[in-house]
Amino acid sequence: MASETNSAETFVEKPKSFASLREEIAAGRTKAADLAAGYYARIEKKNPQLNAYLSLTKERAIEQAGRVDALAAKGDPLPPLAGIPIGIKDVLMMKGAPATAASKILKGYLPPYDATAVQKLDAAGAVLLGKLNCDEFAMGGSNENSAYGPVHNPYDTERVPGGSSGGSAAAVASNMAVATLGSDTGGSIRQPASFCGVVGVLPTYGRVSRYGLIAFASSLDRVGPFASNVRDAATLLGIIAGHDEKDATSSTAPVQNYAAESDKPAEGLRIGVPAEYFAEGLDSEVRAAVEKGIAALKAAGCTVKPVSLPHTKYAVPTYYLIATAEASANLARFDGVRYGYRSPSSQQLQDMYCHSRDEGFGAEVKRRILLGTYALSAGYYDAYYLKAQQVRRLLAEEFLRAFAEVDAIVTPTSPVPAFKIGEKSDDPVAMYLADIYTVTASLAGICGVNVPCGKTQAGLPVGMQVLARHLNESTAFRVARAVEAAGL
Amino acid sequence: MTAKVTVEEVERVAELAHLELEPEESGRMLRDLNAILDYVAELNELDTKGVLPLAQISELESGGNANVVREDAVVESLDRAAVMSQAPESDGAFFKVPKVIER
Repeated sequence: MASETNSAETFVEKPKSFASLREEIAAGRTKAADLAAGYYARIEKKNPQLNAYLSLTKERAIEQAGRVDALAAKGDPLPPLAGIPIGIKDVLMMKGAPATAASKILKGYLPPYDATAVQKLDAAGAVLLGKLNCDEFAMGGSNENSAYGPVHNPYDTERVPGGSSGGSAAAVASNMAVATLGSDTGGSIRQPASFCGVVGVLPTYGRVSRYGLIAFASSLDRVGPFASNVRDAATLLGIIAGHDEKDATSSTAPVQNYAAESDKPAEGLRIGVPAEYFAEGLDSEVRAAVEKGIAALKAAGCTVKPVSLPHTKYAVPTYYLIATAEASANLARFDGVRYGYRSPSSQQLQDMYCHSRDEGFGAEVKRRILLGTYALSAGYYDAYYLKAQQVRRLLAEEFLRAFAEVDAIVTPTSPVPAFKIGEKSDDPVAMYLADIYTVTASLAGICGVNVPCGKTQAGLPVGMQVLARHLNESTAFRVARAVEAAGL
Repeated sequence: MTAKVTVEEVERVAELAHLELEPEESGRMLRDLNAILDYVAELNELDTKGVLPLAQISELESGGNANVVREDAVVESLDRAAVMSQAPESDGAFFKVPKVIER
């Protein structure tokens, strides 16, 4: 990447809010079709450097924009996301559009259905722009594991956007979409949101249907939104959340009006700060920014008190055993039989399986399949997989105890700001350790929001993670709104 | 839990996972797996005797009775032609694969 073009001014751009776009479209000042065309023009200009989009869905976008404009012209009521341009992480199915999971093994696959979250956006009038780059099968924290090349951070194109939903975060940060969907298994929404200075939401496990999400680790996978501000992220969650008979683990709990809930002041909320998240390994500039965020919460009338989460240091090993074990089972389906890539060089069925998988999967995916297969294999199951599931309970119970005393817990989202492309890509353990603050909430199933809380001296965004108990997204949004309002 | 993985074990696990690794790939995977397993051995510090394994978290959610199963009724499913059109090789009704048994 040429460093002449490496300036934030070139790429960073804040999208308009849902409310202002809605008002413009309803009043007829902006046509949804023109808005979509403007986004495609911006994508054409910025995407060659950022590599956030893998494919575009122009035909579908233009049709939807036309429907919205027809409604607006007649003065009919507009659906909640009418005309809002939204991008979709390429692990979610959009009917008839390529779904690759950023893997060679799914190259050319055109799914015959929409994921439930995608279908709900469509029904709400959103204009779906295209499919966004990510780490292969959502495995990674830097977007360097994509078979289609890394995504570049809009704040500094020599740096990673985070991962695995790097394209989803970079697209919002560069206004190549007003909002996007991503998926989070161990931090894959929150961490890239923090690296790119946008809002990212980890909904409670089961809050959003996983139907049509390419499975990585089924007991951990969540679908969630990215947006440029907390209220829009809350609006989006309200639309994609809810029970789905196609996902037996989706929650039947009623969906709240998260946007309206996020308008409530944070005053009086009890905020917990766990010392374990401010220990060795935390970058000093990240610490300073998050401490300013905490000070802003005090100023907004929150009570701040220490909480203890002593098992935190065991979360990364626990996560990597459970996630890889589940992945090794989930990725068994990619075998060259039903969809995707089949190696042409095989005369026998067994060879066909092995060659297709060996040629189709990238190094990190193979590494995780091998680790997961090992952890589940005879003789090692008790020592690794079962042990990890026991520690998972300790971690979850520890959070529930903490939430008996506080309404929300705030931490840094990542110990470091966005790192350089190539900096960690040769050391899997160093890469895994960067997930230390996000995997805990993944294992416990609780919800969280990344909200920007300042920048480093070099101008890189820093994010605060706001965690709340199961199905308590409203509280996380209220706290995030208070941090956002401080304008750090 | 601190046992070192050998090349033979990597190859056995690769076979279980239907992965055929190139020789240089096996070496790299051996190095990485040992580094990761060394690191996860930290879990041995914890006494988990009597702790029930937690396989999925729906049981912890107060408000949601997750794991709801639908009625066992015949409903419309995906269009067969659309599904089969995505197969690397198909006759429209079945997936075709290379031969399984030598004759």
